[in-house]
Amino acid sequence: MFANYLPTGAEYFRLLPEMILTAAGTLIMVLEPLTGYRRKRFLGHLALAGLLAALWAAVVAYSSPGPAFNRLIVVDGFATFFRVLVIVVGILTVLSCWDFLARHKAESGEFYSLILFSVVGQCVMVSANELITLFIGLEVSSIATYVLAGYLRDDKRANEAALKYFLLGSFATAFLLYGVAWIYGVTGTTNLVDIRQILESRDVIHPILAVSTAAALMFVGFAFKVSAAPFQIWAPDVYQGAPTPVAAFMSAGPKAAGFAILLRVYLTAFGPIDQSWVPFVWTCALATMVIGNFAALAQNNVKRLLAYSSIAHAGYIMVAVATGTAPGAAAAMFYLAAYAFMNVGAFVVVSHISGRGERKVNIDDLAGLSSRQPLTAALFSVFLLSLIGVPLTGGFFGKFYIFKAAIDSQLYWLTILGLLTSAVAAYYYLRLIVVMYMRPAVDGEEELPPLGGGLKTALWASALGTLALGIFPSAVLNFAGASGAMLVR
Amino acid sequence: MRPYTEIYFPVVVQIIIAIAVAAGMVGGSFLLGKKVRNRVKDTPYESGMQPVGSARERFSVKFYLVAMIFILFDIEAMFLYPWAVVYRELKLFAFVEMLVFVVLILSGFFYIWKKGALDWAPESDKKTEPKPLPAEASIATILNRH
Repeated sequence: MFANYLPTGAEYFRLLPEMILTAAGTLIMVLEPLTGYRRKRFLGHLALAGLLAALWAAVVAYSSPGPAFNRLIVVDGFATFFRVLVIVVGILTVLSCWDFLARHKAESGEFYSLILFSVVGQCVMVSANELITLFIGLEVSSIATYVLAGYLRDDKRANEAALKYFLLGSFATAFLLYGVAWIYGVTGTTNLVDIRQILESRDVIHPILAVSTAAALMFVGFAFKVSAAPFQIWAPDVYQGAPTPVAAFMSAGPKAAGFAILLRVYLTAFGPIDQSWVPFVWTCALATMVIGNFAALAQNNVKRLLAYSSIAHAGYIMVAVATGTAPGAAAAMFYLAAYAFMNVGAFVVVSHISGRGERKVNIDDLAGLSSRQPLTAALFSVFLLSLIGVPLTGGFFGKFYIFKAAIDSQLYWLTILGLLTSAVAAYYYLRLIVVMYMRPAVDGEEELPPLGGGLKTALWASALGTLALGIFPSAVLNFAGASGAMLVR
Repeated sequence: MRPYTEIYFPVVVQIIIAIAVAAGMVGGSFLLGKKVRNRVKDTPYESGMQPVGSARERFSVKFYLVAMIFILFDIEAMFLYPWAVVYRELKLFAFVEMLVFVVLILSGFFYIWKKGALDWAPESDKKTEPKPLPAEASIATILNRH
């Protein structure tokens, strides 16, 4: 009687990236007590190899798209896009953390293991086709990230960051789970496609209030993960307190995965009832853009500034979600890819200049960076210009497609306010560039260490990604368009 | 499709029964029980510990560690029960799946063991001979000492 439930080889093949990452993460965990402190870098190379293998697996798994394990997960263009994205973020994080960890004498296998486990969780999230699987992926990813936030355990701010992130995060996921319970109570299923069919069918009358409540409760969990207002309060403290490479990781990987599940659940499962959820996504987009951009103006700490900027960018992507259409989903996907490169790049620069104990993270510490380290300053400027949305960078096309999709869906007010707040954003990004290039270095400033190999690779890769998306956006955009359309079919 | 009020009727019955049982027990003992009051009877029951005192006692972090590890392995072991029920039908497949699961658990166990999470005694105590516990030692005094 169970023969029908036995998974086939093709189904395991579709889960290959997750399996590789889990095996690599567990192997590093087992090897960690057996390697001496001087040989920890070897574990970092192992993590890198695991991530590269998973990247390859994510690409080849798309050669046989389809559902797996009783439709618990589905490998489609959407899942593949985000799997590749979160794995690339993992690779950039591992490359950029070596110098930082060595400087703080904190290199250990746990760091790499936790990064891999968090990436596994994100991969499960983005390919989940069912709410419980989605929740498990979310927890796997979040718990690893909570620990990473407090990784420098002798640092008081890191402890504060981890505790805040953990308490608020568990609270938010409880809301998500409660929403799942509601939707299961109403429809009797947790499968996203089945929920859509039940909500679409005309011969059943649904208590629209109960379905909207479920959508709203789940939105609390998603909005927390992507740091959208009014659930963004944790982000500045956590990004500031967490080790900078971890902040880079948190601001790109979990956020991309969070938006992926938000898009999949809302467009696929809740597509038929969009009139009930578009208003609160609309409000959230507006509030997030305004709060993020205006709060960033007042920051003197670069990490905090980037945290508020990351909130603001969540607001732009929320505009794309508020369209509720396939072009909107495609624009959000493109934006998340561009955002991942430019934001990780910016955080990598900050982790390079931050120095021991992360004391040099104020805007004044950037003074004269153009003469002290011209290459770092130039690459940082590329990331900042992309965050502003200057043409020839990925950020420009990201914003362009989002606002185009918003206008096509008659969201004129959101578009206007989005453009106005982007103009505000230009001020605080340009301020960093001005300090780097126009203010002389403070005398007696100690020399910055040269860029290490991993750091240099991560920086160049992020810069190339940012520019490639700005100059040749069509390939990524076409793929995003095709897979975004699959969500609302 | 049946209306929701009908589908959820059993849930309502369950809630009513739960309330009735709880109220019945409290109310029954209130009505039928003897009411002898003295100072000792009025103190809250705390498993033999002194009920009044500072709640900010310092415990060794090892208690938390052991409790956490216990919960993890306890929950993981629970997955063996449903597996054992369907093991005969699923044959080799179930065996291999559980093997993978157990290997993952054991690698976690190996990790905490090697990391010293199970070493109860501090390094300094290991070198000296264990002292015999005083005769009047109770759980409470041992806990307080840590």
